[in-house]
Amino acid sequence: MDDLHYTHRINQLNAEYARCIDDDRIEAWPDFFVAECLYKITTADNHARGREAGLVYADSRAMLQDRVAALREANIYERQRYRHLTGVPSLLSQSDGMVAVEVPFIVIRIMRDGTSEVFATGRYLDQVVEVTGQLRFRERIVVCDSHRFDTLVALPL
Amino acid sequence: MQHPSWPDTLTRVPYWVYQDAQTFANEQQRIFEGPVWNFLCLEEELPHAGDYRTTFVGRMPVIVVRDDDGEVYAFENRCVHRGALIALEDEGNARDFQCVYHAWTYDRQGQLKGVAFKEGVNGKGGMPKDFCMQAHGPRKLRVTTIFGLVFGSLSDEVPPIEEYIGDDVLAKMERVLRRPVHVLGRFTQALPNNWKMYAENVRDTYHASLLHLFFTKFGITRLDQAGGVVVSESGGNHATASIVERVVPRQEAYVGQGFRSQENEFKLRDPSILDTHEEFGDNIGLQILSVFPGFVLQQIRNCVAVRQVLPRAIAATDLNWTYLGFKDDSPEMRRVRLKQANLIGPAGYVSMEDGAVGGFVQRGIASAGALDSVIALGGDNAGSETFRATEASVRGFWKAYRKYMDF
Ligand code: FES
Ligand SMILES: [Fe+2]
Repeated sequence: MDDLHYTHRINQLNAEYARCIDDDRIEAWPDFFVAECLYKITTADNHARGREAGLVYADSRAMLQDRVAALREANIYERQRYRHLTGVPSLLSQSDGMVAVEVPFIVIRIMRDGTSEVFATGRYLDQVVEVTGQLRFRERIVVCDSHRFDTLVALPL
Repeated sequence: MQHPSWPDTLTRVPYWVYQDAQTFANEQQRIFEGPVWNFLCLEEELPHAGDYRTTFVGRMPVIVVRDDDGEVYAFENRCVHRGALIALEDEGNARDFQCVYHAWTYDRQGQLKGVAFKEGVNGKGGMPKDFCMQAHGPRKLRVTTIFGLVFGSLSDEVPPIEEYIGDDVLAKMERVLRRPVHVLGRFTQALPNNWKMYAENVRDTYHASLLHLFFTKFGITRLDQAGGVVVSESGGNHATASIVERVVPRQEAYVGQGFRSQENEFKLRDPSILDTHEEFGDNIGLQILSVFPGFVLQQIRNCVAVRQVLPRAIAATDLNWTYLGFKDDSPEMRRVRLKQANLIGPAGYVSMEDGAVGGFVQRGIASAGALDSVIALGGDNAGSETFRATEASVRGFWKAYRKYMDF
């Protein structure tokens, strides 16, 4: 693997992931994952201590689609948007066509009344695979730096 | 602020009670430091001698620690010298506690054991000869444990925990906590509202199927399912339960009433998050239980959690979630719990809305301090009911609250 080229592709993947959520196209968000995946939002403290639970815990793409359906059709939350900024990825290891990547992120939340604040910071711990020429997440563990979440976490991080 | 008098009924609550600074200050003395039991932590979190956690009683910082005698002790996390926090970590293991400011030292029971330069340096300075370390110590709490839960009180008058909770609610607590627990995760949800709005929300059986569409769609709880609400004699503690029905019941109670919650049926693509193992032996699929002032035990199917409600400011509350499994869980059972945890917490299909709705109230009442809310569903009583279309347990909370606050 050519690291420079691969880093570029990872950057593109994260840019597209961020735009998908921030542009309110979350119906397309599950497509960034393979069918048998793991998406979890947790905290640095839980992660370090091996506590397995997540705020969101989805072990299939179908569960991510259910999340989107619930957000669109069931759950009540005030209108809000995110702005994701992702940092430089670190390629940690690779084996059997799977690459382990760590990417820092910051998410600003913009509420309907105009309040903009840092909502979450942390790192994505990813297992990335290539499926028919596209990079996809086998696993994306969202490790938030803080254990405090303001009001609610509706949109995906 | 001049308070209009409190309406002479449990069915009205004046909005100033969520806004008034003096009331907020008085709650600390009269409730949290008064004759109540405050939830502190789980015994499971303090397995060994020296294990400690820092937490709060209302806004009072507290250290909870296990000593060599196996007992759990709790004392104010405030150095008696000039008031600094004694412990700065959330959890850890300590032989003793030393204040960082001037190195005064406390043992695990909160006794002052060492004062730096007590005898002075080279015969100069030092503490007065009559300074007695035994006479100085942070405030100590009475500590009691029940079903692995650690509670603390600053009052000598509070009755034993069993009596305080009441037999009916106690039995509901026991059915969930028979086995040793295992902590699966901890999260804090910062609520933009007064703590009492969350205390009401937890006791509010009315809203569950109306605000939380996810419940209704998948038949996890509905007002027309079998169930009921148990309220303790004091009013402050409650448990509400509903019986699981495998088949989504017919929607008769809702049809034709035009509620948002019955519209747009949708199906789960991966229904495994609702896979449920009958583990409590009584088909109770949902139970929410509260202990005044700020403790909640929740069982939604196999999803078990405790919640600690802590006021931070008049309109800011921390809700500390501890997600639980049991020590004897199989890996499969562990996975069931991890999936069902999608229902709860700050991102929970059900619980996320409870995080927001208090803020809607806090903002809605911004200029309504002289007006009252209406809590009249199911009459004006605050006792147990065999149905859940009632606000009896919310009235129960106010019954207890008014007694403590002398309103
Ligand atoms: S404030 Fe603790 S030793 Fe001075
Ligand atoms: Fe609720």
